Amino acid sequence: MRNLASLLFIVGLAFLLLLVTGVFEFGNPPMRVGQGIQQVGPQEVGAANLVTAVVLGYRGIDTLGELSILFAAATAGGFVLGRHRLARSGAEAGFVLRTGADLLFPLLLVVGLYIVLHGHLTPGGGFQGGVIIATAFFVPLLARPGAALDHRWLALVEGLAGAAFIAIGLLALYRGGEFLQPFLEKGDFGSLVSAGTLPLLYLAVGLKVGAELAGLLARLAEPAGEEAA
Amino acid sequence: MSDPIGQVLFAGAIGLVVIGIGGIVLSRHLFRMVLALVIAEAGANLLLVLAGFRWDAFAPILTQGVAAPGPMVDPVPQAMVLTAIVIGVGVQALALSLVIKVWECYGTLDLAEVRERLEADLAGQAGVPLPGSTERPAGERPLPPATAPAGEVRQ
Repeated sequence: MRNLASLLFIVGLAFLLLLVTGVFEFGNPPMRVGQGIQQVGPQEVGAANLVTAVVLGYRGIDTLGELSILFAAATAGGFVLGRHRLARSGAEAGFVLRTGADLLFPLLLVVGLYIVLHGHLTPGGGFQGGVIIATAFFVPLLARPGAALDHRWLALVEGLAGAAFIAIGLLALYRGGEFLQPFLEKGDFGSLVSAGTLPLLYLAVGLKVGAELAGLLARLAEPAGEEAA
Repeated sequence: MSDPIGQVLFAGAIGLVVIGIGGIVLSRHLFRMVLALVIAEAGANLLLVLAGFRWDAFAPILTQGVAAPGPMVDPVPQAMVLTAIVIGVGVQALALSLVIKVWECYGTLDLAEVRERLEADLAGQAGVPLPGSTERPAGERPLPPATAPAGEVRQ
């Protein structure tokens, strides 16, 4: 009986979604906001990557809200898993995996920072680069299950990055603009130092996302390692 | 939606959402529910990106000194999906940590078993018999037998 109701619900959901998408003509979106942003975005914000202009320039508060969701998820994850530090038998991975992890760590860090810093020019940005930075810290943990990540440093980086994001937004407010409105010189269009505060905001986002995800992944890996030991 | 390619793409995205939601609703295993959540998220993201697609359009990224070669796809859904993916990872990690805790406490991830043991634990903590237990009657008598003095008004 319960399954029947669930199946009915699922079929109804599929029908509803099909109806909603059936209204659209594929390849000709009804939204006109994007076209307006395409026309005025490059002059107004000065970012070559219009997606970045939307994420940080036009929808900055939204991004702040999404960062706080991520923060809440990471905090809740840490709260649920708790801090149990049992001494584990150091069952290290083999030579190849350990050396590979050591080799990958700086490369991943450089790639992550590159993607974060070029977020306003090329595809990429703080969220994507932050995930790569988190991976850089997580790969060595996979190779050495006994090693521990210092959560205090991660929390410090995370908090400072989040505070910097909000501080830049408040500074824009102080200078007479809207909250999180880009300010500073727009610079040369398409060069690394351009688009005002957008690279700074994305750097804060990248550090915050990287620290949060690294801490979360490390916490997830810790109890699993205990079970294996 | 006359275009067959568009139909296929939309149907695929909707199919992913429906498979994910169906998995969440129907599955009896906690880890499979988390996986279904991942699938549903992927479908929702795909649906959003498809909503901003335009034929003969370019990625919304300009190059230094080069004028836009033509119309560009809508950057707004892309920006939303970009953040949604990372948030999805965070939410999945939270769900997984809850699943890990359930496994540590009960040693099983089967939903029916977990619920049974959870109810037993809750009832044990509260000191009440399990609802539907056959060992004891369902409850105490609502009023004690009438022993009150005759002069007092019974409530």
